[in-house]
Amino acid sequence: MHLWRGDKHLLRGIDLALHRGELLQVVGPNGVGKTSLLRCIAGLLPMESGEVKWSGQDIRKSRDEYTRALSYLAHTNALKNELTALENLRFSVSLLRHVTPQALVETLERLQISQCSDLPVRALSAGQKRRLAIARILLSETTLWILDEPITNLDAAGIALFEACVAQHLERGGAVLTAAHQLLLKGEPNVRTLELRP
Amino acid sequence: MWLWFHKLSSPPHAYRTAGRLRPWFFWPAILLLLIGTYGGLVLAPEDYQQKDAFRILYVHVPSASMSLMVYVALAVAAAIGLIWRMKLAHAFAAACAPVGAWFTVLTLVTGSIYGKPMWGTWWEWDPRLTSELILLFLYLGYMALRASFDDTQRADRASAILAIVGVVNVPIVKYSVVWWNSLHQGPSISKLAAPSIDPSMLWPLLVMMLGFVLYFAAVMCDRIRGEILRRERNASWLSEIAVGT
Amino acid sequence: MTAPGLLGLVRLVIARDLKLAVRHWDQVVQPLIFFVIVTTLFPLAISPALDELRKIGPGIVWVAAMLASLLALESLFRPDVEDGTMEQWTLSGQPLSIMLLAKTFTHWLLAGLPLVAISPLVGTALGLPSSVWPVLAISLALGTGSLSILGAIGAALTVAVRRGSVLLALLVLPLEMPVLIFGARAVDLAMHGESVAGPLNLLAAMLLLFVSLGPIAMAAAMRISVES
Repeated sequence: MHLWRGDKHLLRGIDLALHRGELLQVVGPNGVGKTSLLRCIAGLLPMESGEVKWSGQDIRKSRDEYTRALSYLAHTNALKNELTALENLRFSVSLLRHVTPQALVETLERLQISQCSDLPVRALSAGQKRRLAIARILLSETTLWILDEPITNLDAAGIALFEACVAQHLERGGAVLTAAHQLLLKGEPNVRTLELRP
Repeated sequence: MWLWFHKLSSPPHAYRTAGRLRPWFFWPAILLLLIGTYGGLVLAPEDYQQKDAFRILYVHVPSASMSLMVYVALAVAAAIGLIWRMKLAHAFAAACAPVGAWFTVLTLVTGSIYGKPMWGTWWEWDPRLTSELILLFLYLGYMALRASFDDTQRADRASAILAIVGVVNVPIVKYSVVWWNSLHQGPSISKLAAPSIDPSMLWPLLVMMLGFVLYFAAVMCDRIRGEILRRERNASWLSEIAVGT
Repeated sequence: MTAPGLLGLVRLVIARDLKLAVRHWDQVVQPLIFFVIVTTLFPLAISPALDELRKIGPGIVWVAAMLASLLALESLFRPDVEDGTMEQWTLSGQPLSIMLLAKTFTHWLLAGLPLVAISPLVGTALGLPSSVWPVLAISLALGTGSLSILGAIGAALTVAVRRGSVLLALLVLPLEMPVLIFGARAVDLAMHGESVAGPLNLLAAMLLLFVSLGPIAMAAAMRISVES
C-alpha cells in the first residue's frame, strides 16, 4: 500500500492518501493551486511545512527511489521541436529504461499517432503533441502517474484512448493523480475527487 | 546547544535578541573607533618614509580585512541556510551583502587616496587592490542575482549557491592576481604591506580593527531586524509587537 | 526494465544534443563568427601595425574567447527549461549533475573546440608567430573547458530569470578572471620563449577542480530554476 500525506502553506492543511489502483482527481477553479499541489507531491516544489510520503518514506530522503516510481506530465510536453516524434519518445524513455524500437512503435500506434512518427514535432498539432507526451508516460512503466490536466488539447477520440490507458494502469495496480477540469472515468468505484476551494 | 540553536533561529526570538544586543555592539564600537582614530591620527608617530599619508591605512586596512571577512561570513551563512534549511541564516547572508560591498568600496577609495601621494596616481594595478576590485564584482553579482528573483526563498537558495562558488573561487582569484602581478613588476614588496611596524603605530590599528568588527555587528543587528521584518511581514507575532508598542 | 548506466546516460545526452545542434547549426556557428568579429575590432580600434598588435594579441584572443563562450551559454539550458525537458530530467531518477555535465561537455564541443581550431588563424591575423600556435590552442582548450563549466553554473542559476543574459555576464565574468589571467599569460610567455608549464598546469588543475565540483553546483542551481 502506498500512502502519502501532504500539507502546504499555500494550500493550508491538505491531507490526502492515494492507494494502488486508485485515481484521484484534483478539481477546483483556476489559480486555486492545483498545479502547485501536484508539483509539491512530485517533489518539484519545496514545501513550507509538511511531508509527502511514498511507501511510508519521506520523499526527500528517498528521492531517487521515488522519482523512479513516478511519471509527471506537466502543462508543457517536454518535446523538442527539432526532433521527430519517434526520436523524442526514444530519448525520453531511454533515460529511464531500456526500450525496444518495437515497443516505441506499438505505443505510437496505440495512441494513433504512428503516422507522424518521423515528422519533426514542430509539424505536429497540439493534440498530437499531447498524445506523444502521454506515450512517454505509458512507456515509463512507473507506478505513480501525476498528470497535470492531461487531456488538454485532446479530441473526443483522444480522451477515450487516454481513459482506456488510465483504466488499464489502475487495473495493473498503478496509482494516478490528476489535476482536471473535466472528470475522467466517472462512476468507477476506485475513482475519487478532491475539491480545492479558494 | 541544539535547543538554543533552534530557539535562536525562530524569527521573533532572533528579532528581539538582535534588538537587545545592538547597543552592546554599537557603543563600544563608537568608543573604540574614536580611540583608534585619535591614536592613529595624533598619537602614532609620523612614518619616516611616508610621512602622514600612511595614516589612512587606519581605515584602509580594517575595511580591507572586513570586506573579505564579511564575504566569508556571508558564504558560511548561505551554506548553513542551504544545508539545514535555516531561514535565519539566509536572512543573515542577505543582510551581509551590502555591508560587505561598502567595506570593499571603502577599501578601494581609501586605497586610491593612499595611492595618489605614494605612487603619484589614483589607481595602480596592485594585486591587493585588483583582487579587492574583483571581490566587489562578486558582491555586486550576488546582490544582482538576489534582486532578480521575486520569490525570497528561491533568491535565498540561488544566491547561496553563487556565494559558495564564489568563496571557493576567492583563493584562486587571489593567487592568480598575485602571480599575474609578480610577472609584470618583478618581485617587489607590496606597497601596502608594512614588513615591520612599530608598536606605537600598531595598537591604534588593532583598536580600529576591533572597532570595525563591533560596528559591523551593530549594523548587522539592525539589518537582520529589517530582513526579518520584510520576510515575516504577514506573520501574526509581528502584528502583536506592533499593537503592543 | 534496467535504467541506463552512467556511461549510457552520458552517451544518450551527448547524442541528443549533437543531433539538436545539427538541426539548428546556424545557432551553433554564431559564437564562432562573434569570436572572429571581436578580434577584428581590435586592429581597427588600436592600430594595424602587427608589431603593436603582437604585444596585446594573447589578451585579445582570450578576451574574445571569454565573450564568445558567454554568448553561447545563453542557449545552453534555456530551451530545455522552457519546454519542460529539464523538469523531466530532474524527475528521471538519474543523477542530474552527470546529465548537466554531459550537456556542458557537448556545449564545449560545439562552442569551445571550434575556437581552439580557429585560433591559429586569428592568432596569425594578430601577428602571433606560428611557434605559439600549440600553446595558444592548448591554453584555449583547457581554459574554455573551465569557462564552460563556470558559465554553466551561472546559466543554471539565471535560466529562470527574466532577461538573464546580462546578469549571467555579471555573475560569471568575475569568476572567470583567473582563467583569463593564466590563459593569456601562457601565450605571452610562449611568445617570449619562456617556459609555459606553470600556467598550463594551473589551467589544467583549475579545469579538474571545476569538473569535479562544478556539476554539483549546476544540479543544485537547476533544481531551484525548475521550481517555477
